[in-house]
Amino acid sequence: MALDASLVGATYPPTAPYLVTAERVAEFAAATGGSWAPGAPVPPTFPIVLAFAAMQEFLDAEQVALHRIVHGEQRFAYARPVRPGDELSAVLTVASLRTIGGNDVVGTRSEVTDAAGALVCTASATLVHRGEEASA
Amino acid sequence: MSGLAAGDVLAPRTFAVTRADLVRYAGASGDRNPIHWSDRVATAVGLPGVIAHGMLTLGLAAQAVSEWTDGAEVVELGSKFTAPVVVPDDDTGVEVVVAATVTSVDDGLVRLALEVTCGGQKVLGRPTAVVRA
Repeated sequence: MALDASLVGATYPPTAPYLVTAERVAEFAAATGGSWAPGAPVPPTFPIVLAFAAMQEFLDAEQVALHRIVHGEQRFAYARPVRPGDELSAVLTVASLRTIGGNDVVGTRSEVTDAAGALVCTASATLVHRGEEASA
Repeated sequence: MSGLAAGDVLAPRTFAVTRADLVRYAGASGDRNPIHWSDRVATAVGLPGVIAHGMLTLGLAAQAVSEWTDGAEVVELGSKFTAPVVVPDDDTGVEVVVAATVTSVDDGLVRLALEVTCGGQKVLGRPTAVVRA
């Protein structure tokens, strides 16, 4: 299905609160070529865990299958580093939507905030929704 | 920090990526998109085969940045995902190479222009990191 241009500006429900634990950070660091011990900086791409959950809220709401999505671009701007003990949540807004060659190109912005509601990171993603020529 | 200056060329870092790494990243990140583990689904949506998560590749680039800058605080990080990293179903996988040049050191911020390649081909578009010196 094609996504409707009227989605621009739409905001989706906040993701369930996510507690950043030492174990989760260590697991993520090990999965991205590194290692982590308490006191070390959290890998800067860690907030993708929140941004991905926010994207899943969007896809579910719009009934888009994840396997039709290819990640086109990702940017992070950090207000502060993530730290173990943070309880984070993300809210996604559709920033732009174009159709190119039968694919929807969706610009999204997810704001990752802490338990106090303070901004930790803005994660901007371009999602390419591949056309429906093949079905699964 | 480590005394980086504009124009510095940093020693490239090489990371091997296997199917097992994709499974591990899927678990750690929550991204269980089957295009990263199922050849059947990947080819059905027009991909050449199972591909690495773009965010795994960018995560490896971030790891290189951390090593080059002694774990400096990252204030910006981003990239386009311009070419797929196709990961074969074997024990050796593929190699992702991360190189970088320091483009500016300004006001306590160090900007790095990264270059991330697989098999000699750039796989990320304009990957950039800004760290606090």
